[in-house]
Amino acid sequence: MIEIRWDWIANHLDDVAEKTWQHLQLLVIPMVAGFIIAFALAVLALRRPGSVGPVTAVTGLLYTIPSLAAFAVLIPITGLSLMTAIIPLTTYTLLILYVNTVAGLRSVPPEVNEAADAMGYTRSSRLWHVQLPLAIPLIMAGVRVAAVTTIGLVTVAAIIGGNRFGGLGQFITEGLQTDFDTKIYLGAVGSVILAFVVDGALVALQRALTPWTRARTEGS
Amino acid sequence: MDDANGAGAATIEFEHVSKHYDAATLKSGAPGAVDDLSLTVPAGRICVLVGPSGCGKTTTLKMANRLIEPTEGRILIDGVDIAGQDVTELRRGIGYVIQQVGLFPHQGIAENISTVPRLLGWDKQRQRARADELLSLVGLEPGKYRERYPSQLSGGERQRVGVARALAADPPVMLMDEPFGAVDPIVRERLQNEFLRLQEDLAKTILFVTHDIDEAVKMGDLVVVMQLGGKIAQAGAPAELLAEPATDYVARFVGADRGLKRLSLYRVGDIELAQAPLARAGESTAALRERAQAVDLDFVLLTDDADRPIGWVELADLQHDGAVQEADADPTSPLLDRRTTLKDATSRLLDEEVRNGVVVDRAGRVEGLLTLRAVMDWMQDERSLDVPEDIAEAVSAVVTEGQPAPPPA
Repeated sequence: MIEIRWDWIANHLDDVAEKTWQHLQLLVIPMVAGFIIAFALAVLALRRPGSVGPVTAVTGLLYTIPSLAAFAVLIPITGLSLMTAIIPLTTYTLLILYVNTVAGLRSVPPEVNEAADAMGYTRSSRLWHVQLPLAIPLIMAGVRVAAVTTIGLVTVAAIIGGNRFGGLGQFITEGLQTDFDTKIYLGAVGSVILAFVVDGALVALQRALTPWTRARTEGS
Repeated sequence: MDDANGAGAATIEFEHVSKHYDAATLKSGAPGAVDDLSLTVPAGRICVLVGPSGCGKTTTLKMANRLIEPTEGRILIDGVDIAGQDVTELRRGIGYVIQQVGLFPHQGIAENISTVPRLLGWDKQRQRARADELLSLVGLEPGKYRERYPSQLSGGERQRVGVARALAADPPVMLMDEPFGAVDPIVRERLQNEFLRLQEDLAKTILFVTHDIDEAVKMGDLVVVMQLGGKIAQAGAPAELLAEPATDYVARFVGADRGLKRLSLYRVGDIELAQAPLARAGESTAALRERAQAVDLDFVLLTDDADRPIGWVELADLQHDGAVQEADADPTSPLLDRRTTLKDATSRLLDEEVRNGVVVDRAGRVEGLLTLRAVMDWMQDERSLDVPEDIAEAVSAVVTEGQPAPPPA
């Protein structure tokens, strides 16, 4: 029989808040780093289509490394530091962010690119003002998947991060060590709730960024 | 449009321009090559490139704003070699309209129209005013359309916005690649007519690509028929091309109905109208017989007091010798006006199985008669092939491929 000690949770709300904050940092830093790298690689893909195959292969390979193994490999190099958590978490986002960003940039209709060129956009202003906005729906689909995946992976980082940056996963490891169910469930359910909240926020962000996709279709 | 003066417009000159593709590009379905093409589009005129797919017409068009770079030759706009110009600056000075329009889906209509002004750094106020002005110009109410997205517009409305966007910074030169190709025939005809009316005022120098010969002879001051291999088969004013196709290929391309197509180039007002023997109710039959015989006809046209036609009176059929009454008139003749094309006018005559149509002015008063005979005479008349000087000059400078012209049929 599982017994949840609500009073314990109520007495440790500041701890919950702190671990949630750590969790969010371990989400945002790798996501931002991953997006910058993936976007740069996707822009390269536009100019050199031949790069897509190799880049997909490498990011795919990185994606297959078990997270625990990645942390273990990095500890001798970066120690028990935040970097040890951030590096693998970043590489895990790359595949999905890269593939979706490439697909998004490629989804821009050829006549739209042609019109932009013909009206005298430079290549970079076309990228920022035409291709990127139109790629947002597919990019955001990738961002949502990557964010939810990362939130789950952060719980594993608790094994190396401990109290300093373990996030909600720290509750799970501690709960397992002390056989305290409340902590295990707090960590697990907490990270699931966090995933839902973040996903909802990303959906709201996407809606705000792409008002044209909801324009009511009129005329014939 | 013969009086288009081309003020503010520029010429486009192609000098021995070629575009060749290597074997690898050709295999992946490249556009048609162009072979040693020389052509001048006079300032303020519409030059239509027409031909089957793969003949190089779109390639030619895209070389004029360097979307495609020629392999050989020079292109000059307003006398300046475009190869030496900054490519984005060049393009901002050339309007561009394509079949799929290519509006930016994420921008509102006004924002789409303001693209080039924005790139040129106009202030917001001026951009907005210009967008509204252009929306009105292409027949879209600014208040209703300004904020909409392209997905909220019909195909025809999108094409109008495409034209407005191309005109935004008032470029002297426009490139139009099948600009009305993606809409249904009724909308297409309306857009064509509206554009021709705009062009009367704008007098842009326009290079226009289509595969549709009807559109070519309708829109073009100068029509260039291209053939596979990227060569010019024949260049000429629309009437020249239809009256005297230079080769079998051109004759086949313009179609067996080229005589009818030629009729669509002229309007009733272009030819001399015959005088109708007019009659008023109450005049004596004898007087009318005399009047009709004077012009070799056996009928008179009964009009009301304001000279508006009531109907024909067949004098041979008259059962009485007294005064002519309204009841004697047969009110079936087609009424034409001076702006009706000869094709439509002839078609109406054939439809109603008559040889004469009554031409009336705006107030409905009789101006004269259009007879089938007069139409046939006009088609043989030298004046029907009159070509404005700048077009004739451009035509004579074109080097064409192929055999000498066959004798006229």
